[in-house]
Amino acid sequence: MGHSMKRKEDNRFLQGKGNYVDDIKLPGMLHMDIVRSPYAYAKIKSINTEEALKVPGVVAAVTGKDLEQYNLHWMPTLMSDTQMVLPTDTVMYQAQEVVAIIATDRYAARDGKEKVIVEYEPMKPVMDPHKALDADAPVLRTDKEGKTDNHIWHWEVGDKEKTAEVFNNADIVVKEQMHIPRIHVASIETCGCVASYDKVDNHLTMYMTTQAPHAIRTVIALVAGHVGLTEEKVRVISPDIGGGFGGKVPVYPGYVIAIAVSFLTGAPIKWVEDRSENLQADSFARDYHITAEMAGTKEGKILATRFKVLADHGYTDASANPSKFPTGLFSIGTGSYDYGTAFMEADAVYTNKPPGGVAYRCSFRVTEAVHAIERMTDRFALEVGKDPATLRFENFIKKDQFPWKSPTGWEYDSGDYHAGLQKAMDHLDYWSLRKEQEEKRKRGELMGIGISTFTEIVGAGPSKDFDILGIKMFDSAEIRVHPTGKAIARFGTKSQGQGHETTYAQIIAEELGIPAEHIQIEEGDTDTAPYGLGTYASRSTPTAGAAAAIAARKLREKAKKIAAHLLEVSEDDLEWEPGKFYVKGAPGKAKTIQEIVFAAYTNHPQGMEAGFEATHYYDPPNLTFPSGAYICVVDIDNETAEIKVRRFVAIDDCGHIINPMIVQGQVHGGLTQGIAPAMYEELIYDEEGNILNGTLMDYLVPTAVESPSWETGHTVTPSPHHPIGAKGVGESPTVGAPPAIANAIVDALSPYGVTHLDIPITPFKVWKVMKEKGILGGKPV
Amino acid sequence: MKKNITITVNGTAHTAEVEPRLLLVHFIRENLKMTGTHIGCDTSSCGACTVLMNGKSIKSCTVLAVQANGKEIKTVEGLAPQGEMHPLQEGFKENHGLHCGFCTPGMLMRACELLEKNPSPTEEEIRWGISGNLCRCTGYNNIVRAIQWAGAKMRGEETPSSEPEFV
Amino acid sequence: MIPAHFTYEAPSSLDEALALLEQHGDEAKILAGGHSLLPMMKLRFAQPETLIDINGIPGLSYIKEEDGFLKIGAMTRESDLEDSSIIKSKYPIFTDASKLIADPQVRNMGTIGGNIAHGDAANDHPAVMLALRAQVEITGKESSRMVPIDEFFFGFYMTACQWNEIVTAIHIPVPSAGSGNAYHKLERKVGDYATAGAAVALAVDGSGTVTYAGIGLTNVNSTPLRAARSEEALLGKKLTDETIAQAAQYASEDCNPSADLRGDEEYKRAMVGVLVKRMIHKAAERAMD
Repeated sequence: MGHSMKRKEDNRFLQGKGNYVDDIKLPGMLHMDIVRSPYAYAKIKSINTEEALKVPGVVAAVTGKDLEQYNLHWMPTLMSDTQMVLPTDTVMYQAQEVVAIIATDRYAARDGKEKVIVEYEPMKPVMDPHKALDADAPVLRTDKEGKTDNHIWHWEVGDKEKTAEVFNNADIVVKEQMHIPRIHVASIETCGCVASYDKVDNHLTMYMTTQAPHAIRTVIALVAGHVGLTEEKVRVISPDIGGGFGGKVPVYPGYVIAIAVSFLTGAPIKWVEDRSENLQADSFARDYHITAEMAGTKEGKILATRFKVLADHGYTDASANPSKFPTGLFSIGTGSYDYGTAFMEADAVYTNKPPGGVAYRCSFRVTEAVHAIERMTDRFALEVGKDPATLRFENFIKKDQFPWKSPTGWEYDSGDYHAGLQKAMDHLDYWSLRKEQEEKRKRGELMGIGISTFTEIVGAGPSKDFDILGIKMFDSAEIRVHPTGKAIARFGTKSQGQGHETTYAQIIAEELGIPAEHIQIEEGDTDTAPYGLGTYASRSTPTAGAAAAIAARKLREKAKKIAAHLLEVSEDDLEWEPGKFYVKGAPGKAKTIQEIVFAAYTNHPQGMEAGFEATHYYDPPNLTFPSGAYICVVDIDNETAEIKVRRFVAIDDCGHIINPMIVQGQVHGGLTQGIAPAMYEELIYDEEGNILNGTLMDYLVPTAVESPSWETGHTVTPSPHHPIGAKGVGESPTVGAPPAIANAIVDALSPYGVTHLDIPITPFKVWKVMKEKGILGGKPV
Repeated sequence: MKKNITITVNGTAHTAEVEPRLLLVHFIRENLKMTGTHIGCDTSSCGACTVLMNGKSIKSCTVLAVQANGKEIKTVEGLAPQGEMHPLQEGFKENHGLHCGFCTPGMLMRACELLEKNPSPTEEEIRWGISGNLCRCTGYNNIVRAIQWAGAKMRGEETPSSEPEFV
Repeated sequence: MIPAHFTYEAPSSLDEALALLEQHGDEAKILAGGHSLLPMMKLRFAQPETLIDINGIPGLSYIKEEDGFLKIGAMTRESDLEDSSIIKSKYPIFTDASKLIADPQVRNMGTIGGNIAHGDAANDHPAVMLALRAQVEITGKESSRMVPIDEFFFGFYMTACQWNEIVTAIHIPVPSAGSGNAYHKLERKVGDYATAGAAVALAVDGSGTVTYAGIGLTNVNSTPLRAARSEEALLGKKLTDETIAQAAQYASEDCNPSADLRGDEEYKRAMVGVLVKRMIHKAAERAMD
């Protein structure tokens, strides 16, 4: 623990030996390409595949009508809504799948796709979620019997009346409308699969870019059990994955079509998306319109918050959330501050946009919540005329107030918010920066400093509240130690770059004293790994990491019994130090773990079960609550409005750190995925429903030039309930960085009456505000 | 009409009859079954498919196989003999310059030419030098460090510490 | 993303290439660097029947000063421009521009001839050529001709280069002593096409009077645009804040940008003004060196 061990998985990636889904080639494999809708909302009048089938190499064309015969044209979403696999009569968003072309190679499939003729009758789409509930808005989900509007669900938490009362009586109330834009994970590997159904054995092997292979297997069995694909006949293999970030949690229509076609033909079917298909049709993230309010005293004490959300879900709610949490963990939005009153509500609507609601490196809508609370904290500080750092110090939940009950019902496990912010400020010499800013303002130069001191909520989750499609959100580890003292361990999670092969080995090494190099880690094959819910929402270390520690501790208990037997002493006389048991007071009288394991196979005590294996399914007693203190310094060109992030320091607290190198790497990466939506990324649609930036030429993923040189550090406040005190970290930076950047930019412009800007904050957006405020070219304050 | 081409990949000449429209990346991945070179986009934006053509880094998704006729291609598989590591590969491992590994081969091949032309690049030069390669996982800090580390090693100097630096 | 079928020709001489053009007519496309053409073919926005790959024709890649001109062969790669010592020392405007074109891998393939012959107002070299008053060498079956850059760009993707001709070189008058030039564009992120771009070339005499002014603008008009009134505003004048501001003002008035994801018309006009001002200053500084 605490050692920056180099990653065990790196060698294969570095030498071109990674095994990603598009690298899989099976004998007789056919390729699938998909014809997509050019319209956001249209009736399908006819589909003609005649010419397509004449293209050399094309073997089949599949439409919604074909799937309808097997009742496979619709599928359930994770949120118990329904989604088309292929449409039979209506398309609901641009780039929706319409016809699948199967061919002997991908070039032929592409040629076949070109020849498909689909006749559409376009209709006026609903693109603005604010208008989706208007009386004259067309009802989009006419497939749902009795549906009379585009409302999906209403959700609320907190005390509405009490909150209203506090707001009515408060000295100060601040309010902003904000939009957390629709964005896309854009992992560098797109999504894909090879579905391989063996007609002789009636067995499906599904190689698939999925973050949750076990859940997928169950879903396949539930959906296709009636045609013989019962769960023991389905094997899902998640090979190496080129980045997930939540985008590889959902089941996309392409996967289902591939399975259906393989099932019918007996041939393996490969489907790998193009980038534009990935950006235009796969699950989006965010898209929350938030009315955020904060009430407080004129001295700067926060008293209450009230958030009202309008959630644009596209044409179906295909969010990847735990079942009971339609807004995910948005209710963490009271943040790191000590106040007792809050009310939050949300309404979700259908529009003619692609479905989704996935993470983008975020634990279930925490980013939206953190953006709202951190923006409003700065807004409030501005209103009361206090430095935002000072105001935060005065409102933080104090270290000794943990465990702390939030007004929305969470129990924060631990934290030391003062220490984190102080460390970040000391590193930057915060008050000198404020002085520099004061000087610059006198000269009309624009410099801003933004803070974000967020609380995350990860490690879903305790079985009493957390499930996906009814399956509780535990996770698992199985450790098998071979006679010579080397081990293999398998998990229900699935790394997409997080370094599980190293981190898990380190946890087991720490608990058992077997060197991490001698512990092989496997994930992603449902035939061999124990059942688990997968990797997303920063849950792997909090759940499977805990399972690894506990399974190892079970083995240590067994080791103790064997050691006592071998040393002919009582168990009570033994002491453990990593790697061996020794007799108290006689350190020379000892048995190493290797000797003990060998004995488990060769000389185990009578009555004891032979072998050296343990499995644990870990059901966390609570979530973990990592936190962070981020400070961003920006300079804005007062003519072009170009924004330069000069400094960015991130102090994270994720409890005990297993591998500092990997944790830091996660933070770096998450920060770049934080600056991305803050300054660059947004999926943009016109009124007709056309996506305006559906390729990487216009969907602006930051390069090494846009990404600043991150400065990172940590404080360590262990989780009291996690077996090794760890909390999870992968998403903290993506959650915490956007408000720090937005706060910095707004701070630069605040002397001129700017109180809020929606992300992504682009030079164009800033320039317009500067023009409106008459400060182009610089206006001394 | 198919064309007969001969392309030398990692020192071995391969002759094939191909459609003119066959992309070099597909020739490498499908015809030669060398899958270290990846595809990440349609618009030559991401750089995952970067290989060296006559020593210059190029995006093999935007070059036709016929254009590489008679040329030398180097892919990630050719950086070092099997089981051994080129200083860049070592640098990426030592400095945690990769997470999911998908952009890595392209990043390595690009860095290869970068160091060839500029053996001692500054951070700024590295950042601009890899600006045609997108990475979604690492935040780039450690890729920059990895390339600097490899540069030192290739110059025969002592390599900088690869321990993570914390505030 | 896979292109449609086409036939592929790889001539080994210019004559052969021109004969192939005659043979295939305007169903043929010239393949130079290919980094504008192939992405369009992969998206199937372009489906030429024949590609004529001119990469194998010797003698089309060079950078040399000769007869009072800097001569650049059409197949000279962007990366060759970046690496050239003549360019670095005397024509830093190319280094400015090249660094901002796409990315290093694309610049290893992309050619200066292709950048110009594509006729895309979003490309960066056209503005530079306007500023430097370049001439484009266009070669046809019978002969080659020199076309002044002002007569080269006709409209959206339309140039003076006819269907049976090939752009073979760019000739740039060697600047006199006291010259300086600079280019910059605003981009949303590295490698993006310009929100707006400005190329400025100046010559200043001993008294500080402007004796030459060339100003070209990127991506703010349907064709690459010369800021003629801005040039006139500088010629014969000293470079004061007022004259520079006037030149910037004219450029921002005379361009015709259209709104897109990069910004609205007003913003782009304003950016043209800022860029022209800044590039005049930078070119003047270089002229003084």
